[in-house]
Amino acid sequence: MTDMALEGPWDIVVVGGGNAALCSAITAAEAGARVLILESAPRPYRGGNSRHTRNFRCMHRGPLSVLTDSYGEDEYFDDLMLVTKGKTDEPLARLAIRSSEECLPWMEAHGVRFQPSLSGTLSLSRTNAFFLGGGKALVNAYYNTAEDLGVTVVYEAEVTHVHLEGDRFTHLEARIGGETRRIEARAAVLASGGFQADTEWLTRAWGPAAANFLIRGTPYNRGVVLRDMLDQGCETVGDPTQCHAVAIDGRAPKFDGGIVTRLDCVPFSIVVNRDGQRFYDEGEDVWPKRYAIWGRLVAAQPDQVGYAIIDAKSIDLFMPSVFPPNRADTIEELAVQMGLDGASLARTVANFNAACRDGPFHPTELDGLSTDGVTPAKTNWARPIDTPPYYGYQLKTGVTFTYLGLKVSDRAQVHTAQGPVRNLFAAGEIMAGSILGQGYLAGFGMTIGTVFGRIAGREAAAHVN
Amino acid sequence: MSTDLIAEARRQTEICNACRYCEGFCSVFPALTRNKAFADGDITHLANLCHNCRGCYYSCQYTAPHEFALNFPAILAEVRQESWERHAWPRPLARFFHECGVAVAAALVAGFALLFGMLQALRPETGHGFYAYLTHGAMVALFLPAFLLPLAALAISLRAYWREIGGKRLQWREVVNAGKSAARLKNLDGGQGQGCNFEREDRYSDRRRWFHQAVMYGFLLCFAATSAGTILHYVFALHAPYGPFSLPKLLGVPGGILLTAGCAGLAWLKTKADPALGAARVWGGEMAFVLLLGATGATGLALYAATGTAAVPVLLALHLGTVLTFFVLLPFTKMVHGFYRFATLLAEEQKQHR
Repeated sequence: MTDMALEGPWDIVVVGGGNAALCSAITAAEAGARVLILESAPRPYRGGNSRHTRNFRCMHRGPLSVLTDSYGEDEYFDDLMLVTKGKTDEPLARLAIRSSEECLPWMEAHGVRFQPSLSGTLSLSRTNAFFLGGGKALVNAYYNTAEDLGVTVVYEAEVTHVHLEGDRFTHLEARIGGETRRIEARAAVLASGGFQADTEWLTRAWGPAAANFLIRGTPYNRGVVLRDMLDQGCETVGDPTQCHAVAIDGRAPKFDGGIVTRLDCVPFSIVVNRDGQRFYDEGEDVWPKRYAIWGRLVAAQPDQVGYAIIDAKSIDLFMPSVFPPNRADTIEELAVQMGLDGASLARTVANFNAACRDGPFHPTELDGLSTDGVTPAKTNWARPIDTPPYYGYQLKTGVTFTYLGLKVSDRAQVHTAQGPVRNLFAAGEIMAGSILGQGYLAGFGMTIGTVFGRIAGREAAAHVN
Repeated sequence: MSTDLIAEARRQTEICNACRYCEGFCSVFPALTRNKAFADGDITHLANLCHNCRGCYYSCQYTAPHEFALNFPAILAEVRQESWERHAWPRPLARFFHECGVAVAAALVAGFALLFGMLQALRPETGHGFYAYLTHGAMVALFLPAFLLPLAALAISLRAYWREIGGKRLQWREVVNAGKSAARLKNLDGGQGQGCNFEREDRYSDRRRWFHQAVMYGFLLCFAATSAGTILHYVFALHAPYGPFSLPKLLGVPGGILLTAGCAGLAWLKTKADPALGAARVWGGEMAFVLLLGATGATGLALYAATGTAAVPVLLALHLGTVLTFFVLLPFTKMVHGFYRFATLLAEEQKQHR
């Protein structure tokens, strides 16, 4: 990085390089501000977790772009209440929901292209607008738009300290090209994500089991800025010990496995632990409503690992997996392939099969086909595992994001106990805990990032103008 | 069949099938969702369905340095290239000319030499226009086999390819739909008309599609002009030279301009695009082919412009030499892509609707 590129004075420095950061940088640059983006990732990995996203949950009062029918504020809010069990800040949540409708045309005007719902996701065609090419295409479009607006982007720039004096942000320090640089700006937007990629922090918060968790997204969300702000007394929201975790393919890479590591086979399987024992009702509900609890269930098992076993009857009932499953003609053989004890897995399968009863099987709805006389029961889709070849998938816990974040106002302003910091704003995952205190709603992270990114950009620009 | 290439393509295809974010770009991604497991013929089919628009590469969250190291347009280009060479006859010749631009240039020089030699040795006593330098009979004797034999070789290759990808007996509707897709170059429009990611990396551009349209329609117009001339000659006993408002000229002049300009454009874009997202080993051969194809148009226009001047015999030799080289090399150059792609679009129609 040349010194020229970093030469100030900057009106606004944006910390982070994902969706929220870009929305704020673009908004501020359009308002005439001189904007610097500091992205900690190298260029190929720019964009944080936005790289892995695929859609945007959007309120709309009638058909809008690729979205069908309508999705009103109250229905949207009810969906949020359902997943968060009330752990949300209603005014901020309603602000995000209401603003989402005007965001979609804004996104299109800034280079984002949408496409009709992807195959296998028809249930979202009314509520979620899918990005053509996925989140990385969105990130590329925004970087191009920002570049055209004269925004300067520095990659591999890790912000280590954001300096506050009283109720003002004054400057920040960043590691760039092996040196610590001091960068002054008249306002700052923090959009640097959560701390899920810092395994040490995760294990301190969650417990030692977290060392075995896989991180579904970017390895660059290490929470350095979040920690720095906490140390300086900024107000927080969200449970500091919790993260959103789902059950994913156990063979996924430690970081950045993204969408392809999901496994949709659980409802048609039995899931056993390292000792070959079942531990939970695999057929409790349809998978989109249950994949999140399975992250926790697997995390509670020895070695934080599970094994889903299905037979030939079920192999075509779910989306293909990224790696081929283990496959064998007998349960014992499959167990050996997966490192399990053959006899105990065979016993578990036999007990399960003996508890299955006849009845209609409907893979796409709750069919009530439950077991009788086995613990735990499987309450839907309980068919015997009896038709070779048998298939096995290893399951591990995959962390999507952490809930701990900065408390912000409806102007996206960061607060300390003394009140708002006048020229410091936050957007995206770093403040999402305000609205999403628990659970997750598909496409809502991008909504929060876009809405609050734009608010932060607008407010920061208003502050410097 | 190269098992390494197919295996790598299969690995990448399976990752794509678990992701599906690129479904909106082109026909390849909806096609791959039809399968959970991919036979060799399925992979070859997908490879030839890919038009190398590169939208999927620049949108991909799994490109290197990610450990999945996806480069889907490149591996499909490699498999596609290998399928053309494998089905060609004679096979070593195909690999040689596909890869080696210098070989194409050398063939062109040989073509020139042959024509200059013929002009020297077979100069007729009488004749009008260019027939004053080479008789109609001599031209037919040279070009009829030079045109039909390569086409026959290509037809045999395509038949084998059609079997490999599981093609069946054609229905009219399939021909119409595949024709529409080819006529509009639908698979180069990025899915929404924004174009592809070729010379401007992650920004979309429609230039490649426009230049390719110029080449394709320019070539078809030139071909139509030659056909019109043939019909005028044999059916109506109207012999060349034809006037500026005759059918061969009305078709041939715009055709030649489109062909020349389109090829120049494609060659220019090719210098700007990242070679690592295509079949890198054939970059030279592809470039030579584009220039050769453009030269058929450019020399034809030059010949027409020089009518009545002393430059005619030289330009005639250059033009006929270029055209001859183009036809003789047809089964061994990028020219085959049009035939393979159209066959694949037909097969894709069948796979979608049967």
